[in-house]
Amino acid sequence: MSPAIEVTDLTKRYGDVHAVDGVSFSVEPGEVFAILGPNGAGKSTTVEILEGHRKRDGGSVSVLGIDPAKGGRGFRNRVGIVLQSAGIDKELSVREVLDLYATAYTHRRPVDEVLDAVELTEKADARVRSLSGGQQRRVDLALGLIGDPELIFLDEPTTGFDPAARRRSWDLVRNLAASGKTVVLTTHYLEEAEQLADRVAIMSGGRIVAEGTPESLRANADGGTVIRFALPSVGAPLSELFDPLVGDASGRDRRIEIVTPAPTADLAHITTWAVSHGIELQGLLVESTNLEDVYLQLVGDESPEASA
Amino acid sequence: MNDLQLLWRSFRAENRIFWRTPIGAFFTLGLPLVMLVLFVSLFGNDPIGTEYGEITTAQFYAAGLGVFVAASATYTNISIGLSMRRDEGILKRVRGTPIPPWVFLGGVILSAVWIAIFATTVMVGLGIVAYGVEFEAAKVPAMLVSFLAGTICFATLGMALASVAKSAASAPAIANATILPMGFISNVFIPLDDPPQWLTLAGDIFPLKPFAVAFTEAMSPFSEAPAFEWDRILVLLAWTVIGVVVAWRKFRWEPVVGASTGRRSRRST
Repeated sequence: MSPAIEVTDLTKRYGDVHAVDGVSFSVEPGEVFAILGPNGAGKSTTVEILEGHRKRDGGSVSVLGIDPAKGGRGFRNRVGIVLQSAGIDKELSVREVLDLYATAYTHRRPVDEVLDAVELTEKADARVRSLSGGQQRRVDLALGLIGDPELIFLDEPTTGFDPAARRRSWDLVRNLAASGKTVVLTTHYLEEAEQLADRVAIMSGGRIVAEGTPESLRANADGGTVIRFALPSVGAPLSELFDPLVGDASGRDRRIEIVTPAPTADLAHITTWAVSHGIELQGLLVESTNLEDVYLQLVGDESPEASA
Repeated sequence: MNDLQLLWRSFRAENRIFWRTPIGAFFTLGLPLVMLVLFVSLFGNDPIGTEYGEITTAQFYAAGLGVFVAASATYTNISIGLSMRRDEGILKRVRGTPIPPWVFLGGVILSAVWIAIFATTVMVGLGIVAYGVEFEAAKVPAMLVSFLAGTICFATLGMALASVAKSAASAPAIANATILPMGFISNVFIPLDDPPQWLTLAGDIFPLKPFAVAFTEAMSPFSEAPAFEWDRILVLLAWTVIGVVVAWRKFRWEPVVGASTGRRSRRST
């Protein structure tokens, strides 16, 4: 089967800023693909190009076999888009909004069924204005589902949700995946990507810095161990501490993190250095890497504030 | 799905949104009705000197304010409504669905024209019922033609203003700063009897006075049937063309985020 999404060397500039800088990936039909990264990493720009909301500057993009920049109504009939910040007419009731948008699709789902899926049946006749933020977000989700799309884009679908609502939304996404839909979601919650995605691409600075299943990303970091501690202000030159390390050190606000394949040797060096200078390392911690470490390591390396 | 059915649903949704926003309905219709009652009470309903000859206060204001409500139901409401909904991301959402742009914008325009028809009918109807305002069956076609030409003209100008306004904050300011001064030089708020020449010229160039004159003449007891004011209607057509061209070239579906994003404007197609 041909991929649902095929992206090759995608670029997008805003003035001098390379928002997306040579991104390539593909998504198979029925897959849940998560794009993970901090704000400004280029996730939303990438997804908006795939949705047809934005024009690319370079590279090729095929979504459901169609170039979204040229895909008209036929293309939009087959995709569901849940944007981060798309408003809803607040004077209409939930049911009126769904009825209105449903009319536009050829394969629309029954409004009651969709209301049930997003748990808004009780609010069907309430004006959108009277709903809480989380409930309005669920209307967003319902509007993404109403056309029974083959492919659904979820741009940070659970930002602002309380933990219980987040878990219910995850169930909804799992149900979508179980019914054979392709799902592309962006998130800056690592747990969300881990919970939902078959594959994860980690973006930073407009590039994909790692890609794979959550398991393989973790496996790549396997054998690595993280040593964390807080470094008090010291007179001693820090090169003495960092230069001999086997692992990679990074830090922010004096909180140091060292990812190392040789934890024993590095730990011995660190503690020896600290003891010889009479320094107590606050919050010294040694643990094996998890996906979060992989993420922070990758993203931290690329983000400008870590380069200082 | 049948596009006409979609257009119908979109039209009905727009109407609902209008009537469920009481403040907008008040300024569009309520306030001008109060003005009609107030003017007739303040000035009495005797014949007054106007460009159209000696006609009653109510004859002048029912037609003039009837035109004004039609213009604000289209020009003011479309420009404010669309720029607000663009800022809220509603237009962007629509753009991501299979709803064709012409259907969505068609629903907005049809609804505004419908509300204009309703508002003008109420205004003129109140004049006829309460203040003895006259009209002739033979001149009703001229009333309808000038009404439609004016309403469609102001609807396209509303689209044009929504297209050039940077945000929902600037649209109402521009709309009011244009239509209110126009109201004073266009035989709408004040009967002009021999004004200075430059004011006459300004009124004739901008679209509100041609609209008011064409509609009021079609109701005036002194005009001869069929009472079509073709030169005025031609001015309205010219403004319609300007409105269409500006809206076509400048209409945007996404909010303007700062000025430095370099985001290109989109066509309405």
